[in-house]
Amino acid sequence: MTVLPKPLAPHQPSSRSAHVRTRLVVTVLLVLAALVAIYLLGSGDVQVSPGNAIRAVFGAGDPADVLAVQQWRLPRVLSALLVGAMLGVAGAIFQSLTRNPLGSPDIIGFNTGAYTGALVVLLVTGSSAPLGVTAGALLGGLGTAVAVYLLAYRQGVQGFRLIIVGIALSAMLTAANSWLILKAELPQAIGAAQWGAGSLNDATWGSTLGVCVAAAVLLAPCLWATRPLRQLELGDDLAAALGLRVEPARRALLVLGVLLTAVSAASYGPIAFVALAAPQLARRLTSASGAGLGAAAAMGALVLLASDGLAQRLVTGGTLPAGVVTVCVGGLYLVWLLFREARRT
Amino acid sequence: MTTAHSAAGTGPGQPADRLRAEQVSLGYAAADVITELSLRIPDDRFTVIVGPNACGKSTLLRALARLLPARGGSILLDGKDIHSLPAKQVARVLGLLPQTSTAPEGIRVRELVARGRYPYQRLWSSWTDADEAAVAEAMAATEITELADRLVEELSGGQRQRVWIALVLAQQTPLVLLDEPTTFLDVGHQYALLNLCRDLQRRHGRTVVAVLHDLNQACRYADHLVVMDAGRIVAEGAPATVITPELVERTFELPCRVVPDPVTGSPMVVPELK
Ligand SMILES: Nc1ncnc2c1ncn2[C@@H]1O[C@H](COP(=O)(O)OP(=O)(O)O)[C@@H](O)[C@H]1O
Ligand SMILES: [Mg+2]
Repeated sequence: MTVLPKPLAPHQPSSRSAHVRTRLVVTVLLVLAALVAIYLLGSGDVQVSPGNAIRAVFGAGDPADVLAVQQWRLPRVLSALLVGAMLGVAGAIFQSLTRNPLGSPDIIGFNTGAYTGALVVLLVTGSSAPLGVTAGALLGGLGTAVAVYLLAYRQGVQGFRLIIVGIALSAMLTAANSWLILKAELPQAIGAAQWGAGSLNDATWGSTLGVCVAAAVLLAPCLWATRPLRQLELGDDLAAALGLRVEPARRALLVLGVLLTAVSAASYGPIAFVALAAPQLARRLTSASGAGLGAAAAMGALVLLASDGLAQRLVTGGTLPAGVVTVCVGGLYLVWLLFREARRT
Repeated sequence: MTTAHSAAGTGPGQPADRLRAEQVSLGYAAADVITELSLRIPDDRFTVIVGPNACGKSTLLRALARLLPARGGSILLDGKDIHSLPAKQVARVLGLLPQTSTAPEGIRVRELVARGRYPYQRLWSSWTDADEAAVAEAMAATEITELADRLVEELSGGQRQRVWIALVLAQQTPLVLLDEPTTFLDVGHQYALLNLCRDLQRRHGRTVVAVLHDLNQACRYADHLVVMDAGRIVAEGAPATVITPELVERTFELPCRVVPDPVTGSPMVVPELK
């Protein structure tokens, strides 16, 4: 086969320039997240200078500093970063699969389902052991995902139907959740509602190690996920014609996204809107199309860490759940999104 | 069936046509669309498929590209059942442009064309010079090099169609299947695209299959013309032997005369007055 004529202008900006920009954005986001992390590690009842805070992370310096930084603050900061990253990736996967910026796991009911599972454990069995609540939330989230998938399934799953079914199921589960809370005793109901907002107040090394393991296991396959996800955005026929095995790839991506969401919700409650907003914000910065999983992860980490820091400082005593702040941030974003879409059509 | 292409592609001692349908039956959930259809796509030729709406052209093309499982019979690529071959391997031999495609929001031309390189990419491989060259060549061949950094959603329908073709060309497959590639194009760009298809076939040795609606364009450009109706092939061969007033009236319910094209001498369909 002969070669097509050589292009006339060989040194135009290449396809690599898009990747350069994405890498730059990811780097900037990570640096910002690191700065916020250092600030949060150093501030609180025990003030530690940034330099000492970094040293204290590695166990060096004043024992009081080490205690405050290593034992009290580091788990919370690490948890925020990792859960934020997982939520960002989960959102990017679902938005890309559904080809819809609203197709994020918190809109299509997985978080609500996780909450239902946790409520059943908290209120019906009356136990508030973290392990039981985590298991309940995990089962609730996964069960909801399976239900949505089966209800939306018709010779493969199509994005829009997934969203509609998810929203419907989410509404039903929200009603069930309200009913469960209304039936409960007041102190338990308050605890349950607190959990339902999604809060990092209870982050300990125990819960954080669990999150670390989950993040390591679930974020690694995301290196594989980016390309199939991009191909799927071309539509099933073209993706298949380009050599992607469409249904297996989509199912694997769904499982990955559901696990990321369920693990996040099970760890610290259904923290809302990070999965919705982070991928879209990242996309606007990279001005790339579709899902940049790396950028979405970095943005998710930054958004959740900053939201949690804000939550701790807005209300003294540190009882404001991070989820309340993310709802505000995400809510504003959602309003802006709807406004923009409405104007365009 | 003896057809005009047999002299060109499948004489004794010559390699068989790479892509064939043998007694293939195709359909969706409830309905059978095609039953026991056999077709050989002649190598190194420009094959055009015509037929009325909903007669199964897209269905056949999708099956030929491994997108639709056969309900009976088989699609053979290089003599092997196409579904027994790995998807990526098929995608390095055979490219398909579906009838309708939507570009991801916010994507730029070069990036979209670059997605055509997927069959050559492995899990850990990065973007190579070969990828870059294939994308540049595909954009040059479709004359969209100047559009490389534009947003796809901001292009005209015709420009967009050329971007999609470039994506399939970047795939660098010896076989190229195009489902209604001229739809949305103005008449000038329609001919530009048909010339491009012919160039691909004549100068670059690719086997091209396209579904077209305009019978006169089909007659002018096709080496091998396939006429379908209601899920069957009703005629195939060189356009001059295939296109008759009776066939056109029967297939398209269009009373017409067939006269020689004043430019090329190929058959030209001129509808009768009603
Ligand atoms: N995805 C599908 N599901 C069910 N029926 C389909 C699908 N695609 C096409 N069909 C049906 O198959 C028949 C042939 O369609 P198609 O191959 O697209 O025709 P053509 O491309 O010749 O216009 C039509 O009756 C159409 O309604
Ligand atoms: Mg069609």
